[in-house]
Amino acid sequence: MSDIKETLLNKYTEFEKSLNGQTGSPSHLARKAAIEKFEVLGLPGPKTEEYKYTHLTRLLGKEIDLGLTAQESKLSREEIEKFHFPHDEANVLYFVNGYYKSELSRILSPESELKISDLHSAFKNHEEDVQEIYGKYLNHEDSFAALNTALSNQGVFINVEKNKVLSHPIIIYSITDTSVDTPVYYPRNIFQIGKNSQAKIIETFQTHGNGKSFINHASEIIVSESANVEYYKIQEDSEETFRVDNTQVIQYRDSVFNAYAFTFNGRIIRNNLNIRLVDEHCESHMFGLYLLKGKTHVDNHTVVDHEKADSFSNEIYKGILDEKSTGVFNGKIYVRPHAQKTNAFQSNKNILLTDEATINTKPQLEIWANDVKCSHGCTTGQLDEEQMFYLRARGISKENARAILLTAFAEDVLENIKIDFIHEHLHDLIYRRLNN
Amino acid sequence: MLKVKNLCAKIEDNEILKGINLEVKAGEVHAIMGPNGSGKSTLASVLAGKEDFEVTGGSVEYLGKDLLDMAPEERAREGVFLAFQYPVEIPGVTTTNFLKTALNQIREHRGESPLDAVSFLKTIKEKMSLVEMDQSLLNRSLNEGFSGGEKKRNEIFQMAVLEPKLSILDETDSGLDIDALRIVANGVNKLKSKDNATVVVTHYQRLLEYIVPDFVHVLYNGRIVKSGDKSLALELESKGYDWIKEEIGSIA
Ligand SMILES: Nc1ncnc2c1ncn2[C@@H]1O[C@H](COP(=O)(O)OP(=O)(O)OP(=O)(O)O)[C@@H](O)[C@H]1O
Ligand SMILES: [Mg+2]
Repeated sequence: MSDIKETLLNKYTEFEKSLNGQTGSPSHLARKAAIEKFEVLGLPGPKTEEYKYTHLTRLLGKEIDLGLTAQESKLSREEIEKFHFPHDEANVLYFVNGYYKSELSRILSPESELKISDLHSAFKNHEEDVQEIYGKYLNHEDSFAALNTALSNQGVFINVEKNKVLSHPIIIYSITDTSVDTPVYYPRNIFQIGKNSQAKIIETFQTHGNGKSFINHASEIIVSESANVEYYKIQEDSEETFRVDNTQVIQYRDSVFNAYAFTFNGRIIRNNLNIRLVDEHCESHMFGLYLLKGKTHVDNHTVVDHEKADSFSNEIYKGILDEKSTGVFNGKIYVRPHAQKTNAFQSNKNILLTDEATINTKPQLEIWANDVKCSHGCTTGQLDEEQMFYLRARGISKENARAILLTAFAEDVLENIKIDFIHEHLHDLIYRRLNN
Repeated sequence: MLKVKNLCAKIEDNEILKGINLEVKAGEVHAIMGPNGSGKSTLASVLAGKEDFEVTGGSVEYLGKDLLDMAPEERAREGVFLAFQYPVEIPGVTTTNFLKTALNQIREHRGESPLDAVSFLKTIKEKMSLVEMDQSLLNRSLNEGFSGGEKKRNEIFQMAVLEPKLSILDETDSGLDIDALRIVANGVNKLKSKDNATVVVTHYQRLLEYIVPDFVHVLYNGRIVKSGDKSLALELESKGYDWIKEEIGSIA
């Protein structure tokens, strides 16, 4: 294990050399601080509480050479466009193995609303906004997050100007092409949503080929005063994908943030969603759905931190686990001493379709204020036999009855999707998964 | 149409059906009565294919085929319909969507093309008026929050849409108010033909005034211990079951 740490520290030293011209810049200082943090933390080991049920380091050590750097993909335009799903007019960005594909991307919204810069160029050109934000919010107590800040050199910086309702959603396709060696990369996305503005952002993650890959992804999302953001993640990697996703959200007064996370595939997927409500009267919703099979392991850790009074948060995560898949749900709600009149709700429900599938679910409420309303609940069960029989007794096949009941189970999450084409796309993905 | 011979079934280690014999011909109406816990619903469930019950002996022939060999959905597609005593609630599935799937799978089995949305709605409307069911129920989750009577009506409505050959109505009358009872019974009568048959499980003579049975059977302790015509139901109504229990006692 210390080998891996050594490999990663060496990788940083080497990477740092390539940053000539950026030495001493704020982003460089952030990287230095992050790698120092990583040096202290190391990768999570068997005793790391936060990774108790997700033995990522051990498997990564066995299966992935973390010294590698993802090569640029040779996929043709047609091959990349196969990953496209039907959607309305949108600002569309493509990344393959972390590299920005400007020739495939198209921005429809005017620059008065939306500024998009690819992070690689933004660092090079010393773009001030990026320098200022980079690494400022991400929680580096997670060593993967610290590594991302240290090593990331790709991704996108998206800035929605104040008082703008974005005319088109933003769709980011992140494709991993495993036909070049083993892609290992560290994308970083930064979203700054201006005061009183509205934006819808969709990220989809897909894989070409059946090779292994490791993606250490991180995002920082700044939701300014009175802004309203919908943020969707659709994870459809391959059975051989290792993915860590750190998403840090920071919400200011009167803002609304809706997070949606859908996970369909992967070898090990670890999602950390952290939302800080640093000001009063914020609203946050977290919706999650994971449909797993094979040997996929998905671990969702969420934190919503009520720092100030009068905010509302609601979380619904649901899972359907088939075959030998395994899952973890850990939902933390913090209500700080000043966060009076907080309303915070959380629910995690799971259906296990086989005896071999398992889920570890743990709500964690820490409340330091006294005038609050909080609740949580988690259930794990099987398909209801009585319901199955009822449907079959009306002529519906066993497979269809199962699909109908599972779709109904997922509906609690799906009904909260506010974009029609996303709703349809997910229905389609779920239908295909349940009827294959 | 249906020949049940010496049917025995158990759940866990409890023998519930202990040798049922019953023959139902096309065009007939049979009533099954009997004290609580005697095995009426168990018989209905076994005929519909519920896997919780283990058939330990006997046979069931339905339209010349071995019914016990078929999965529940095959039985339904072949025309067996069970109106449940306690219809289950299924949140998140609307009655309309569920029925459309069911009807089209049955049609496919019969070699008919699936109904499109328009013709399906037409069928639905027609059958709804038959049982005077409220349209608003259709767009709600299946049986969720339905009153007892609404659930029962929904069962008969489904029967009307699916047009089965053999309908088994398990205490469809309990929970219905007097008007609803009449409406539901009229619905059942309208669906009756010389080609299909109905088995009604009931505790009350009142239903049988509307749905007049050709045969009445008494199921007691896992066996059919007495059969007769509709006058048997009247006799049970006035005298209860004790005299039958005594009769059996004296034979045994
Ligand atoms: N899952 C089960 N486990 C154990 N015993 C069962 C189970 N289901 C039914 N039984 C028993 O089988 C017997 C017959 O039950 P059944 O529901 O068939 O009776 P019934 O004649 O329909 O009664 P009722 O008139 O009350 O509806 C009862 O004693 C009941 O307790
Ligand atoms: Mg019963």
